[in-house]
Amino acid sequence: MPAPKPKVPGFLKGLGVTARTAKETMFPDGMLRNPIPSPTKGAATVQYPHEKEAPAPRARGVITLQEDNCTSCMLCVRECPDWCIYIEAHKTLAPPRREGGKPRSVNTLERFDIDYALCMYCGICVEVCPFEALYWSPEYEYSEVRIADLLHDKERLGQWFETVPDNEPYEPGAEVKKKPVSRKENK
Amino acid sequence: MIALELAYWQETVIRVGLAAIVVPTGAAIAVYLFLFKLISFMQSRLGPMEAGPHGTMQLLAEVSKWLQKEDIIPDNADKRLFKLPPFIILGSTFLMFVVIPAGPTAIVSDLATGVFYVLAVSSVSVIGVLIAAWASANKYALMGGIRAAGQLIAYELPMVLAVVGVVIQAGTLNLQQIIFAQSTGEVFGWGGIGNPFVLTQFVGFLIFMVAVQAELSQTPFDMPVAESEVVGGWMVEYSGVRFLVFFLSEFAAAVGFSAIAATLFLGGWSLPTAWFNGWEGSGRFWMHFIGPVILLTKTMALTGVIFWVRFSMPRFREDQLQKMAWKFLIPLSLVNIAVTAILKVVM
Amino acid sequence: MTAITDRQKLAYIAAQAADARVNVELETEGMTLNIGPQHPATHGTLRIIARLDGEQVISADPVMGYMHRGYEKLTEVRTYPQVTTLVNRIDWLGSFANEVPFILAAEQLMDIEAPPRAQWIRTLLFELSRIANIVLFLGDMAVQLGALTPVFFAFRDREHVLNQIESVTGGRFHPNFDRIGGLKDDLPKGWIAETKLAMEKIRNFCDEIESLVMGSEIFEARTRGIGVIPPDVGLQYGLSGANIRASGVDWDLRRDAKVGMVYDELAGKVWTHPDGDSFARFWVRMQETREATKMVEQLCDGLPSGPIMAKVPRIIKVPAGEAYVATENPLGEMGYYIVSKGDLVPFRVKIRSASFNNVSIAPWLLRGVYVPDIITILASLYFILGDIDR
Repeated sequence: MPAPKPKVPGFLKGLGVTARTAKETMFPDGMLRNPIPSPTKGAATVQYPHEKEAPAPRARGVITLQEDNCTSCMLCVRECPDWCIYIEAHKTLAPPRREGGKPRSVNTLERFDIDYALCMYCGICVEVCPFEALYWSPEYEYSEVRIADLLHDKERLGQWFETVPDNEPYEPGAEVKKKPVSRKENK
Repeated sequence: MIALELAYWQETVIRVGLAAIVVPTGAAIAVYLFLFKLISFMQSRLGPMEAGPHGTMQLLAEVSKWLQKEDIIPDNADKRLFKLPPFIILGSTFLMFVVIPAGPTAIVSDLATGVFYVLAVSSVSVIGVLIAAWASANKYALMGGIRAAGQLIAYELPMVLAVVGVVIQAGTLNLQQIIFAQSTGEVFGWGGIGNPFVLTQFVGFLIFMVAVQAELSQTPFDMPVAESEVVGGWMVEYSGVRFLVFFLSEFAAAVGFSAIAATLFLGGWSLPTAWFNGWEGSGRFWMHFIGPVILLTKTMALTGVIFWVRFSMPRFREDQLQKMAWKFLIPLSLVNIAVTAILKVVM
Repeated sequence: MTAITDRQKLAYIAAQAADARVNVELETEGMTLNIGPQHPATHGTLRIIARLDGEQVISADPVMGYMHRGYEKLTEVRTYPQVTTLVNRIDWLGSFANEVPFILAAEQLMDIEAPPRAQWIRTLLFELSRIANIVLFLGDMAVQLGALTPVFFAFRDREHVLNQIESVTGGRFHPNFDRIGGLKDDLPKGWIAETKLAMEKIRNFCDEIESLVMGSEIFEARTRGIGVIPPDVGLQYGLSGANIRASGVDWDLRRDAKVGMVYDELAGKVWTHPDGDSFARFWVRMQETREATKMVEQLCDGLPSGPIMAKVPRIIKVPAGEAYVATENPLGEMGYYIVSKGDLVPFRVKIRSASFNNVSIAPWLLRGVYVPDIITILASLYFILGDIDR
């Protein structure tokens, strides 16, 4: 069987594809007009950290806590596949709502930590919370040098809340109502 | 020009020193332009951009990284033989540049048998490859080395035979004379572009470029270092400075072979005489300065083609490689020689 | 201590004799080469113990299990939503496709049917996962064969699909979007138009790969006639997906099995190839990608309006019973066999993964080929280690 003789078309077509891609990357404005005008105009890559791509609004970047809504029902702790949420709360007695009533017992949150070293970013905790205390935010730049710093405590989780985007409108045909994100002023 | 009377040894030292600087610089330019930038553009990305403007200092960063790495020699390896191949390969690559002319007098040694010498000395690197493969005490290295042995020796023949056609046409083995023959020659009586041998020896040129691709172990002939199979082949146990030497000599060899191809087929450092009124007077003077630039341009163009093909093609299996060399390229180059000889006598 | 039967003893002696015969007949010493578990060519931690004679393979045995994560044991102590999360990570390239058969089996046990809009979007995301998975295959097989550039094109164009999946689900690789009874959320505005644009780009990518890889004579020389799987052998080994369709068997669960997705409302062709070699497998997958883009566009156009979730209790307790649902995943046939005792957690989940069977043909297929062909064949069979080992 003689050696595979390269027939001209197939062999050269491949070279043409790579040459064309090279030309599109180098001269996105057309031939020889403006070589590599701005780093990312022709290329498919983004020169992070000089330029950053905005993630989708629904992107699961970080979980944020709206502390006022949390009643420490422990549903998120139970449902997390990784058990990465740590809650400690105690009950206090709040004054009764009207005269002569019983004092109400209220949960006060002492500790609400999420360990992002364990978190699988599945979103079950956000979904399962009945009081809308947890929200997704597309922020992703929180890498740390020490693994221990990946344990975000209550304050830090609350700070992410500003980055939570509003829920987007749906495609026509959807019967789901758009839920607003309840933004209360932090006291 | 420069009215200095230098003793032969002083002249040699200067020439050798310049060559020793030019070779790594040429390799570095080739690495940056092609390995960092061209492959990146072909893959819709930009390549290194951080180290220096547009990543020009990236090679410096990489060299410094390799220089500070630990020197690892496998336990079972033969220590002395393991340390030898970088020298062999680097040596043979440097020796290749001894006869490549960069101007009318810019040559380290104007050998009368330039072509023969350069092809012979570039084959010495095969020995380095085999020693590296065997001394590594690694099955992958052994497989890569055996493949290299078969491939590199098989493709020596088409390379040499392709050049014979040029030699017949020029009538000399001396590289400077070949360049003068191309620059002053005429094609069918018209001296407009001289007589670059690529026009009449285009078959030889193609065979030479294919054989060079195989000699450099570049895809589609990179079976010896097939990354997805033998993970680096004969180079797999080498790290740090030793690997740096292999890496740079691979690119230096690419530049060297392209320079040889430019010299033999494209006219080397010269321009056609018709463009600047002959070799008397100012033409020759200015050629001393422009010659190296012209050679660099032609060399980089050919090196670009080599790497363009490398980044676009999948690789051959080694039995397909061997078939292509023995059953296709060698007969074709023999036919080329015969036709050239007949035409040279007849015309 | 079980007694060794006479038959076993005889078998052992016969194996030794066969080994000795091989060593005597050949004058060269065979070399045992360990390909993997750390190797650029195996898609993960697969180990192949190859006994070679020079460059020819005498025998090649895959050793799996380096990535075993204990999925089936994990599912015994996780609730159904938690299992959905974990199961994303089995075949990590076709992310959404892993959840679907599990959810469908659970829905079968609970006797719940997802509303039509949910089924359509489920099918849409399923096909998007297929495209994401196979696009990577097209580039990956090229890089196993030595072409450096196509895999970058594959990653570049796969981004468009991943961005679409991210806009809907929030996760590029692990969507965790399927729920028993429907989906978690609906599509954001503008998604349909963007997805159609993404499909255009995928089709351009397929054309590029056709010129760059499939048209290249070197690629054809490396893949034609290599690793031919006769259809009956393939069926005996349990191959599925594009591997068996490339041997000429017309078997596609999208058309044949009646599962909770809307394939019977779409016009789609099932691509087969008579040859059964590596080229055929590549070709079939290329055509399937193009077909999937057309199906996605049909799905985008025909999307009905309606609710996205059926009426499902808050705490999911699946009634007792057994159900097996298999779907045509990108890698082949993937099935979940759920045994439930009426708890919050399944009693036992058996995961039938496609790659496990696909790679089991390797010892039969790799006899007598050259070492480079091992890589070609394994690349064309296309397995993901997470799918093999679970």
